[in-house]
This record gives sequence, C-alpha cells and structure tokens, in this order.
Amino acid sequence: MIPLKGQATGVDKAVDKAFSEAESIRGQILHGNIVQTDMEVTEAGEAGGVGGLGKIIWRVFAENKLALVSVGVVVFMLLFCFVGPHFYVTPQANYVVTNVNEVLAHPSGQHLLGTDPNGYDTVGRLMVGGATALEIALLAAGIATVFGVFFGAVSGYAGGAVDAIMMRIVDTILSVPTLFLLIVIAAILHPSFWLIVFIVALAAWLVPARLIRGETLTLRTREYVQAVRAMGGGGSRIVVRHIIPNAVGTIIVNATFQIADAIGVLAALGFLGFGVPPPGTSWGQMLSDGISYAQEGAWWLIYPAGVCIILITVSFNYIGDALRDAFEVRLQRR
Amino acid sequence: MIGYLIRRVIQAVIVVIGVCAITFILYHLFPGGANSEARIILGPRATQPQINQFLEQNGLNKPIWTQFIVLVGHVFTFNLGYSYKLNEPVSTIVLQKLPKTVLLLGFATLLTVIIAIPLGIFQVLRRNKPSDYALTTLSFIFYATPTFFLGIVLIQLFAIHWHFFPPEAPQSASVGQILSDWQGLVLPVFTLAAVYIAGFSRYMRSSMMEALTEDYVRTARAKGLSTRRVNYVHALRNALIPIITLLGLTLPAIVSGALITEDVFNYPGMGLAFFNAAINNDFPLLIGTVVVAAIATVVGSLLADILYAVLDPRIRYV
Repeated sequence: MIPLKGQATGVDKAVDKAFSEAESIRGQILHGNIVQTDMEVTEAGEAGGVGGLGKIIWRVFAENKLALVSVGVVVFMLLFCFVGPHFYVTPQANYVVTNVNEVLAHPSGQHLLGTDPNGYDTVGRLMVGGATALEIALLAAGIATVFGVFFGAVSGYAGGAVDAIMMRIVDTILSVPTLFLLIVIAAILHPSFWLIVFIVALAAWLVPARLIRGETLTLRTREYVQAVRAMGGGGSRIVVRHIIPNAVGTIIVNATFQIADAIGVLAALGFLGFGVPPPGTSWGQMLSDGISYAQEGAWWLIYPAGVCIILITVSFNYIGDALRDAFEVRLQRR
Repeated sequence: MIGYLIRRVIQAVIVVIGVCAITFILYHLFPGGANSEARIILGPRATQPQINQFLEQNGLNKPIWTQFIVLVGHVFTFNLGYSYKLNEPVSTIVLQKLPKTVLLLGFATLLTVIIAIPLGIFQVLRRNKPSDYALTTLSFIFYATPTFFLGIVLIQLFAIHWHFFPPEAPQSASVGQILSDWQGLVLPVFTLAAVYIAGFSRYMRSSMMEALTEDYVRTARAKGLSTRRVNYVHALRNALIPIITLLGLTLPAIVSGALITEDVFNYPGMGLAFFNAAINNDFPLLIGTVVVAAIATVVGSLLADILYAVLDPRIRYV
C-alpha cells in the first residue's frame, strides 16, 4: 500500500508518537507532577494579555525555581572554565607547566584539589577540561541542530519519495548504537578537536530532524503556509521564512537537550580514550586517567570531574524542561 | 495486521541495507584509499604482493558498485571479514562474544522492567507525597549520571571499600560459568540498568497517571469494582503497553551502554572485544562488530514493534 503524498503512514505516525513520547520522558523525569505543569500553563495563559510573548515565556520560565538555579550553575561553570584560568594562577594552574616534584599531591591550600600523576593542578585541569568539553558540546549541539532542523523541515515539506528516503537515512543511523559508530570513525581518522565536534554532531542531528519533520507535517497544512504558496512563494521560502520560525520553540527546547546529550557522549568518548589529544583534556578523559590512582585513594582525580559532568547535564536538562513549559504557554495562547 | 508486519519487516531489511551502506562508507573512510587501507590492516611490513592479494580477496580492486553488492551479500550471509590481528574470522569472534553481551543486556533489561514498573506504580499511588518526591529526585540524579562514572563509584564503594562484590565481572569463557559466578554480575548489571530504571520509572508513572484518567477506568469504578482491581487490572495493563515501544527505542542506547559497562568491569563480551579492536587498530573486527550491533538492534526494535502491535488491539495500522 503506497501512502498518498505528504500523508504520514500509520507506522510513521506511531514511530513519531513514540519518539516524542520518549523525548518527553526527560520532561517527566525532571517534573514531579505533570498536572501541576498544566495548571501553571493555564495561569500564565490568563495573564497572557498583559505583556509581550517574550515576557510570558520568561515569567513561566522564572516560576520554575530549579531552572533558575540551573541557569546559575551553567553561568558559574562557564565563568569557571573560561574566565577562571585568568584568575586561578598557581605554579601549575597553567596546564602546560607541570612540576614533577609534586605529583599526586593531596588537596592543600596550594592545590585545592591536589595534583594528578603528571603534576598538573586538578582545579586548573578541571577548568581546561571543562572549557574543552563545553566548547565541543556547544559547537556540536549547534551544528547538529541547524543541520537536523533543515533536514527535517525539507523532508517533511517535500513529502513523498524524498521524505521516505530521508527518513530511512535517519532510521538507519539511529539503529546503529551511537558509541560504536562514533568510535569506529574516531579510530580510523584519529581524533582532533574538530573531528570530535563532527563526531558528536553526527550522533546528535537525528532527533531534531525527526522532531522538526513531525512539526513540519502539521505546519505545512496551516492556512498561512497555503497562503504563501498561493501567492507564489517557493518551497525554500516557505521552509526558511515560515515553517522553521514557527517551530522555534521545539528547536530551542531540543537544542538545550542536545547540549546535555553532547556532554554525555563526549564524556563517554573521552572515557574510552577517544578525546582531544594531550596536553588537552576533557572531564571524561580526566576520569579515565584517574581511575587507577583513585583505587589507591586519590579520590580528587575522579569525583570532581564526575560531579562536574552530572551538574552540567542536570542543569541543561532542567533548563530545557522549563523552556518546554514556557513555550507550551506560547502555543496555548495561539 | 499481517500487512503491517510485512511492511515492518521490509522496513527492517531496508535499514539493514542502510547499515551496509554505513559500513561501506566506513571502509572507504581510510585516508588514501584501498591501498593504504590494506596497509593499515595488514601492517606496515606487508609486501606489495600481499597487498595485491588482500585487495583481490576483499574485492577492493573491483568497481565500487560491485563492491557494495558483494558487501551486502556478505552481511546477509554473516561473512564479516577476517581479523588479521587475532587470526580468526570476525564471525567466529562475534559468535563467541555475543551470547555474553546478550546475557548482560538481558539481565539489565529485566532488572529495569522489574524495578521501574513497580516503582512507577508506587509513585502514582503516592503521588505528591514525600516518597514520590524523594524517588523523583533520586531518579533524575541517576538519569544524569554517566554510566562509566556510576560504575567507577560502585566499584569504589561496594568492591574496594566494603568488599561486597568483586570489582571485576566474571571472566569465564562459557555463559553457564558466568551465571554460576553471579556475584560478579551484580555491579555491571546494576550499572547498565540504573539510567534506564530512572527513565522507565518516570515513564511508567506518567503512563499510569494517564491511564487512570481514561473513560474505561471511570466506567470500571462506576461498576463498583474495587480500587485495587481498577488500578491493577484496568489501568495497569494499558499503561504497560507504551513501555514496550520505549524498550524498542532505547535498545540502541542500552547496547551503547553495554560497551561502556563491559569496559569498566572488564566483562569479556562484544563491547570489550570492540574496545580492544579500536585500541589495536583491528579494523575488520571493529567494523564487523558495528554491523552486528546494528543488526541486533534492528531485530530487537522489530520484535518490540511486533509485540506492541500484537498486544494492543486498538492499533490498526493501515
């Protein structure tokens, strides 16, 4: 049975539904109470007449105290990793300089979290590793979102055979367990900074592509899109000027989750030995390098890096969740 | 229904051919083309005749389309190439390692379902009470913890500090012996399952909440059935169905998790074989393992979808 052009088949619908459900687990994980969310939405919706859209979105977002704390954590981490190295200056804070007389030193006034087997200061390494991890995660999430959004929008708007082929490509890559695929590529091509950005993005663009395709399937039947078409607007104009801007909520929310995921994937890659080349490092690599020493009591080599990964991941998940609620208000008002 | 099944199977076959295409791209990713690929695989001391023989054996001197069709044929006949490092066919190595990974995945999935479903139900029955909030907090901390970090922490606490369990997974060659050494399996299985216990219990919670608002639940209550019967017979059975789809969708992630868990606990399954192959530049084994992991995932998702279609008679696929 061949589906009509542009009509999602039953299977596709089921898969899309399962997909958005799976994505929303994250929301449910972070949200104790779904009913409560609905109430917030109605309240804000009523207040909607007063301010502009941006204000409403911000108000709903700000109501979520945990999300505000998360923003604080993210800002703190960014300052710690990117500004910190300019202020935290100990003999070994600069990661290029080591002191072989001071390897595996316990935490002390001079080295707040001790030193590692190479004599690097752990706090200094956390800053350097964090800066690398955040740079890669933000770049990869950005690239993946832009590519995924265009892929999904084109696929959903084109429909028919083009859509079927493009979605089978997504299905295929999705069915390969991510880490396996990424490590093969890393092993063949030897990791550098940009290769790792590319690899993490390669795993990340699939979900936005699927989500935006689903969104496009509903948006393309809207009156304003039909009006543009009637006025002679081309496909690329409709996709770029009308469909993508209207899916902006989904895009932003998903991009936030992509950052959290990218940090996780990057940490796993680094842990398995496919991180940035030395003397660079990332949090996952620090953990992997520290394990054998941690078993002899050097706890400062693994716990700080692990806690950093968890904190930043939880924060981005919370922010994404609060943004979802905030953008839902926008949809309600419409 | 039959039509849906046939279409779903065809779709799975198409995805497997897509996996072949990815494999093909991986084989052609080597900078410098087939000649340098042969050199990388055979080692720097390979002579030109040996390289020519390798190209001949693997059909790398044929036109590109022929190569692809040959590769698809190989994948469907489970001919995955030859590991020159281990001096064994890749399929032999995979057949040796796969049962162990399946064992680990099976236990982890079972543990996930056994813990997550009652946990989700418990939270619905006590919703918005302190125990519900405590479990929510706990589940999202586990959800954000990278598998390898959890594994390391568990080893530090339960193996090195308290000596409850061995720090390493069972090393036996046979599945039966691994089972008899179950103490060694406790930490790896829990490490692998923890993230999914967190995810699934939240999902179960919302799925059950949704089911409780359905009309048939109200009808059942109106008929005068006991709360217990309404909860466990009417609501629960329907709330369980989406969990199956979720299982199918999570499968690739669980398989990826197995790679990390096997590495952390030195468990001699496919993940560890893959990891060692990556370190030793054993590319035929590396790429062969990806193919098997991908196909296993496709088959697993297919089974989950079929089960879903069988269990939920409301679903009519056109």
